[in-house]
Amino acid sequence: MRLRSLSLRSILRCAIICSVLAARWPIAYAQGQDRAPQYFQSDIQYGAQIFASQCTSCHGENGDMVPGVNFRAGQFKRVLSDNDLRLTITNGVPGTAMQPFTFGASELTGLVSYLRNMNSFSARGLMVGDPAHGRALFEGAGNCASCHAVNGKGPRVAPDLGDIGALRTAELIHRTLLDPAASMLPSNRPVRAVTRDGKVINGRRLNEDTYTVQLIDEQERLLSLSKADLREFTVLKSTPMPSYKDKFSSQELADLEAYLLSLRGVK
Amino acid sequence: MNPRLRAPCLLLFLVSLIPFSLCAQVTNDRLLHASDEPQNWLTYSGSYASQRYSTLQQISASNVKNLELKWVFQVQSLQKFETTPLVVDGVMYLTQSPNDVVALDAKTGRAFWIYHYATSPASRPCCGIVNRGVAILGDTLFMATVDAHLVAIDAKNGHALWNVKLAEAAAGYAMTMAPLVVKDKVIVGVAGGEFGVRGFIAAFEARTGKEAWRFDTIPKPGEPGHESWRGGDWEHGSAAVWVTGSYDPELNLTYWGTGNPGPDWNPEQRPGDNLYSDSAVALDPDTGKLKWYYQFTPGDPYDYDSVQIPVLVNANWNGAPRKLMLWGNRNGFFYVLDRGTGKFLAGRPFVKVNWASGIDANGRPIITPQPPGVPTFPGIQGGTNWYSPSYSPRTGLFYLSTWENYATIFSGVNADYKEGQRYTGGANASPIPGADNPAGQRQGPVNTYTEALARGAVVALNPETGKQEWKFDMHDVNTSGILTTASDLLFVGGREGYFQSLDARTGALLWKQNLGGEIIAGPMTYQVDGKQYVCIASGNGLFAFALRE
Repeated sequence: MRLRSLSLRSILRCAIICSVLAARWPIAYAQGQDRAPQYFQSDIQYGAQIFASQCTSCHGENGDMVPGVNFRAGQFKRVLSDNDLRLTITNGVPGTAMQPFTFGASELTGLVSYLRNMNSFSARGLMVGDPAHGRALFEGAGNCASCHAVNGKGPRVAPDLGDIGALRTAELIHRTLLDPAASMLPSNRPVRAVTRDGKVINGRRLNEDTYTVQLIDEQERLLSLSKADLREFTVLKSTPMPSYKDKFSSQELADLEAYLLSLRGVK
Repeated sequence: MNPRLRAPCLLLFLVSLIPFSLCAQVTNDRLLHASDEPQNWLTYSGSYASQRYSTLQQISASNVKNLELKWVFQVQSLQKFETTPLVVDGVMYLTQSPNDVVALDAKTGRAFWIYHYATSPASRPCCGIVNRGVAILGDTLFMATVDAHLVAIDAKNGHALWNVKLAEAAAGYAMTMAPLVVKDKVIVGVAGGEFGVRGFIAAFEARTGKEAWRFDTIPKPGEPGHESWRGGDWEHGSAAVWVTGSYDPELNLTYWGTGNPGPDWNPEQRPGDNLYSDSAVALDPDTGKLKWYYQFTPGDPYDYDSVQIPVLVNANWNGAPRKLMLWGNRNGFFYVLDRGTGKFLAGRPFVKVNWASGIDANGRPIITPQPPGVPTFPGIQGGTNWYSPSYSPRTGLFYLSTWENYATIFSGVNADYKEGQRYTGGANASPIPGADNPAGQRQGPVNTYTEALARGAVVALNPETGKQEWKFDMHDVNTSGILTTASDLLFVGGREGYFQSLDARTGALLWKQNLGGEIIAGPMTYQVDGKQYVCIASGNGLFAFALRE
């Protein structure tokens, strides 16, 4: 496989996100694996847009322009496992036109997912996600910025999302927007503590052990509490973050996801 | 409402809207008066004067025997652990190798968050993938990285806010120091003295990471001091900067020590004084302009970096108050300078020295180079090194970790400069056959020869006379920084792994604890909920002690 140099902005400008939001579950299994991996629709679609902008000049739209390689047919020269694919993309193939690329983890997940599922992937019914409009939704109608900062700009009540596009796959971001409580990391769960003298402390859990819990409270203070000093301590499984399933249209969700995927941290 | 009350009430209302976190931010004013809040430790050396002295006195000579371990934080690294943590209002910030920042509860040692920085595989620090700590301003931490980046991190959640590259790691540039915040700028220097870099000190806007100024420690053609170099030698002349500087707000000067000229041990390749290597430099923190310099070891053939902490003291000198700078140098001399002008006031050896017979009235060493094959005292690692010294205003003494009776047989060889490769030019040897050379590397738990090679000590020096008031001997060499407190206690570690408390007035041992790992960091102290803690990095753990309840 050969890729040309990555322009993240150009990728995201033409981000393709599926309008059919229901079909997000594992859809394919690869051959030649130690164990069958799962691939998710959002990752496949994210990989498709990276492939379209970075890989087609050498491999062609159907992935069959390099002799001996046919992605749709599952034909590779030196790749067996998904890890082989990642390494080939990351390290390139010395002595060939396939150069190394510095993709992030979520991009690699997307590319591998797409390459493994080109034979069944259909671009029909897809829409383009607009990260600029996604940002407007993040800061406006979505009310995301009332809890989340982006690279330090905004509150700290919820995690800073400035590098969420590098940390989470497209599929995970999509699922989080639809069902935040189910996708929330346990370490981020809201906690409520009541001290023996009746003081109520609400915050987001950062760490916990048998005897203590560490959190950031509503006033953005880092607090470490001894459980022996608490009258009540509850880890909530609900989240203040709303589901955007019925709040946003498919296009708006695609835009918001494209924006979140564009957040790759400071470099 | 009474119109006269309207404005105050409005102000009160507005103030009530300010979140607590803003009130708790580390302002410039807090940094300027860090000594006034001894419950915290706001800079690498405890204050801008870098005395590593605390006014806390709950732990005293009478109760220090009751110190007990309160918690340990085990770092996720087997590299040397050289951090001095900061403590801000009960939250501790430390670094662990390669370039992680950890925020933890200073009372329990439990972590709030860990920031992981992915270092470039091209990075090549000379002497270990180490980091000595962070700086703070507002709610932002600043960390210098081994691949020569400066990163700003949100102190509340560990999220990176900006990241700037200072120089090419592949060319040997690295950073291991804790930065220094002065006003609205973050100041750092670059390591790389063993790779023929051209050293510099640079300042960055704390809010944005934009570079504000850069002071090259080797002047280029046309600049004053360039005449101390021959031809193009200056281009790879090193003069790296890898230990945190100090700041005098009244003089508005920031002080930094510079490292060896390159190649380290072959001065024939760089004849001249090689300015500003092995020097103290005083810079305007707003512009980076050089106010003065003082060179400790001109044309250094021994690798006597002058990257020690500049300790700022206001004291009497010849009967009159004077703004002094105290400097225990790797070259074995203890110096007193006027920090307003850089004027040399005194320089006396604190260990055995034979590379110079003294310092002349102008501050220039009277050199006595040893013949080939004859040991030079002190050896490569110096009479001391980067280990933080301490000054107690109560005792008026300067405390220094030393290597006693330590020598190297120096021999220079030609070195070819190749970018990113070592450029040292030495074929040095230990005077003790079979012994480790340069004896500066980390040792295992078994030690059977060091007394022949060198001995460690803590010495208490009278700045005015240079006289040694007392000495505390150790078996192995001493790689630890020193802390003193207002209860006249001194805390120090060492390569053997003991963490010790001495009487700062007499040097008497009051308490010790074997922590089992080399101590190659500076102790610090803080207070949370009315309890004073003393903290030290040892081996791969950070240990916090306080009095038994």
